[in-house]
Amino acid sequence: MHRTALALALFLGPVRQSRGRLALSLAAIALGVALGYAVQLVNQSAINEFSQAVQTLSGTADLEIRGARAGFDEALYPRLARLPEVAVASPVIEVDVRLGGRSERLRVLGVDVFRAALVQPQLAATTVGDSLDTLRPDTIFLSPSAAHGLGVKEGDTIAVQTGHGEVRLRVAGLTRADGTRFGLVDIAAAQTALDRFGRINRVDLRLRPGVDVEAFRRRLQAELPPGVLAERPEASVKRAATLSRAYRVNLNVLALVALFTGGLLVFSTQALAVVRRRAQLALLRVLGLKGRGLIALVLGEALALGVAGAGVGLALGYGLAQAILDLVGADLGAGHFRGLQPALRVDATWALLFFALGVAVAVVGSLVPALEAARTQPAAALKAGDEERVFERLRPIWPGLAVLAGGAMLTASSPVDGLPILGYVAIALLLIGTIMLMPRLTVAVLGRLPAQAAVPAQLAVMQLRGAPGQSMLSLATIVAAVSLLVSMAIMVASFRQSLDEWLQHVLPADLYVRTSASGDAAFLTPRDQERLARLPGVRRVDYARVQQLLLAPEKPPITLFSRPIDADDPGRLLPLVSGFVVPRAGEPPPIWVSEAMVDVYGFTLGRVVELPIAGRSELFTVGGVWRDYIRQHGSVLIHSDLYVRLTGDRTANDAALFLVPGADSAEVKDALRATLPGGDTLDVDEPGEIRRRSMQAFDRTFAITYVLELVALVIGLTGLSSSFGALVLARRREFGMLRHVGMTRRQIAAMLATEGFAVSALGLAVGLGLGWVISLILIHVVNRQSFHWSMDLAIPWGPLAAFCAVMLVAASLTATASARAAMTDDAARAVKDDW
Amino acid sequence: MLSIRGLSKGYSGPRPRAVLSGIDLDLAAGEYIAVRGESGIGKSTLLNLIAGLDRPDAGSIALDGVELTRADDDALTVIRRERMGFVFQAFHLLPYLTAAQNVALPLLLNGTLDGATSPRVSEMLAAVGLADRAASRPSELSGGELQRVAIARALVHQPRLVLADEPTGNLDPDSAAQVLELLRRSVKGEGAAGILVSHSPAAAATADRIYTLTASGLRSG
Repeated sequence: MHRTALALALFLGPVRQSRGRLALSLAAIALGVALGYAVQLVNQSAINEFSQAVQTLSGTADLEIRGARAGFDEALYPRLARLPEVAVASPVIEVDVRLGGRSERLRVLGVDVFRAALVQPQLAATTVGDSLDTLRPDTIFLSPSAAHGLGVKEGDTIAVQTGHGEVRLRVAGLTRADGTRFGLVDIAAAQTALDRFGRINRVDLRLRPGVDVEAFRRRLQAELPPGVLAERPEASVKRAATLSRAYRVNLNVLALVALFTGGLLVFSTQALAVVRRRAQLALLRVLGLKGRGLIALVLGEALALGVAGAGVGLALGYGLAQAILDLVGADLGAGHFRGLQPALRVDATWALLFFALGVAVAVVGSLVPALEAARTQPAAALKAGDEERVFERLRPIWPGLAVLAGGAMLTASSPVDGLPILGYVAIALLLIGTIMLMPRLTVAVLGRLPAQAAVPAQLAVMQLRGAPGQSMLSLATIVAAVSLLVSMAIMVASFRQSLDEWLQHVLPADLYVRTSASGDAAFLTPRDQERLARLPGVRRVDYARVQQLLLAPEKPPITLFSRPIDADDPGRLLPLVSGFVVPRAGEPPPIWVSEAMVDVYGFTLGRVVELPIAGRSELFTVGGVWRDYIRQHGSVLIHSDLYVRLTGDRTANDAALFLVPGADSAEVKDALRATLPGGDTLDVDEPGEIRRRSMQAFDRTFAITYVLELVALVIGLTGLSSSFGALVLARRREFGMLRHVGMTRRQIAAMLATEGFAVSALGLAVGLGLGWVISLILIHVVNRQSFHWSMDLAIPWGPLAAFCAVMLVAASLTATASARAAMTDDAARAVKDDW
Repeated sequence: MLSIRGLSKGYSGPRPRAVLSGIDLDLAAGEYIAVRGESGIGKSTLLNLIAGLDRPDAGSIALDGVELTRADDDALTVIRRERMGFVFQAFHLLPYLTAAQNVALPLLLNGTLDGATSPRVSEMLAAVGLADRAASRPSELSGGELQRVAIARALVHQPRLVLADEPTGNLDPDSAAQVLELLRRSVKGEGAAGILVSHSPAAAATADRIYTLTASGLRSG
């Protein structure tokens, strides 16, 4: 007999006894860790890749002078180059273009190769044979990733769409720099080909040695025109990380939900194990195991479970991340990192963090049962019939109420670092507080049940009233699974319905023409606009100009729209969520802002605000706040007449066509494509088609949520079946006794089915109520603070009713099946069992 | 070896009641005594107090000169682990361990289990007549066999005191007689002292001395 062998048997024996339930807990922990780790791994790899790409593109620059996507006057470049602190200045044009005959976009960089060689040597180095090719107006150098992705090689030609049609460029070679898809052209050629005469987007500066970069940046910023920012190159990386942050955090929270459910399953499994092994654990205390030793034993089991679950989770997470990169892309389907094709890079810190999280969930889930086992008086626990005492500590009402009150208070909290962290804590507290109150609630509700005529129902009610603590374990699993599932279902249904209504509101025209999808280089000239307006069948055309404005270095750019709007009735065009203000004479003209502008920049209704437009800072009055489900980082709408007055820019990106009654939209489409230059490459859609595509995109984005809902349902049902089954098995002696005193097997099965039905009905009722409350937090706190948009509550009654019916039937069937399993023992033996 | 003076214990609650009052008892090494009494008179409470599983209201309990009523829970646990052995009415063997593993449990808890001590486990199993059932699990043993394993477990670590609470309550008369004889022989053979609690006159008759617990205290005979 060896010490290790016996210690192992002592440890593994109970594990073997409840391996089914432990396997379920392990799976839940593994799932939570896998999801969280995969999301983190994909995102981190994308950001690392992006960071490397930024480093390649900015080279050794100390500062980047960056303007809006439309660029700024190139006269700024010589001014910057002449500053005494600047060693080298390199001008850049950065434009996303659409390639002819393809759906992909390509980032085209126009550089002065001589300057770029000094600041971005990696970028400027090419595999060119003829050195003059770098200066020719009809050549382009592609990064190896871009050439590979587009399937082109040296000597091939690619077509780039512009406002005037297509420009054909010969692929003269490859750049030495790689890591992201881009094309490199001479800056003068880019200005000509892409209609950017006299404009550039960026100037990269390398400063002289000894210059205090931050002090110089601040001084320079004060002298730059409005809308042009001086920033460190790493600010782009931070901006990219911010872009995807809320989405990533929300996905991580979904993973935490899976982990939380896993923790609850561990709690339920360990609590049941402690109840079932109550006398066994007491014996170990009698034989000389200290309380600490007993805690270590129970926590040791949980630790082993956590280590196994988290280990499996990390491996699964890696596989899942690889699959996500292959199937969905680095942006997890959200569109934040288009063009990147990162390879997975394992960061030990994150791997350890998720591993520790999985282990911690298992250990924390076991803490209460372990402490309870150590606190138990061994002499009392050695006697049978003592099991309900385990739950006595859970009966006081005040701890549960205090936790609920804490949760309720946190719903009014502001975001932490732009994230709804406290909103999530509020949800967790409401969930935990409700679960803590379940034993009291069970007694209160079942105490009011009318007297039952049938013996099995009578006994079932007596059991539930007499031992409410035991049913708490089943109830905890049901309440957690139901409330999380219901809250997500209500939130997604509300979002979906609000989005559908929003699309109907913002798409009033009969046809939409969009060039903005073709990148920065494509637009409708005034001549194109005239042609459109004269098309047969067209009654009216509203044009929109769409631009990006950078208001703060580390925040993503906002979108500026200009289009015709009736200032006296802006609600006809915009889905307003506020009243509206019409500025009085002498007050700045109105703009209408999205909810994100209110949350992020404080652009509240009626406030006078400043915006950089056409290199000048202009004052405007916030005339209304509208809902924008497309641009979560903020959008501003300005009347097109005012925009043209301020900028002189008469081009447009998009057009909304209102047709004369009876006109055939298909004929108008054909005429449009034939009339406009490059018309066959334009996006021309009817509103129904745009809505259908938008709703499809919505469902794709929320696919991971649907999968998690399904997982929550399966875990909930399995957890319910597992905990109910274990409780029924623990009552074998009771069933033996009932058989002795004359109850039939059928009556016992009916008694258990009634118990299962009553417990599930109570759990469902509480879960539905709590789920509704959590959905309000998700809608008004979590979504608002994450994405800065509101939505109207919509409850999916039909699916919820079907879900309740499934749960009730499943619970009753589970209870009956467990009873059958428990009664396979002969009744005489059941009453003699000493454990 | 065991000295009890003025031991009292009562239970509070809606109907408070005194269970033990002014108990005095002395037990020398190698002595084997029986305590009889009606159900509910406090026999198990007396054993729980001696084992340090419950706290008295008054009085003292000294084991080898160590005052148990002043020891904290950890110290009592160590005393129990090293110096006491227990035999219960309901056997209380861990169902997932073999007979040999159940017997070896006190050695594991005392940190004295290694390759060299396993002969001690075999020796104890042989002493209780179960040498051939070492690998059996409790579910494969009869009631008498289960109690014999429990006796082997109670003595394997050579305790100073063995406490047996109704050890034959779940056994038929033949098995009961065998177990009582075995218990006495084993306790004496190991040089330990033993307290057997039972309401059965036949069981009590196997002891060196018999005490009767009444509401007024513990009296000889």
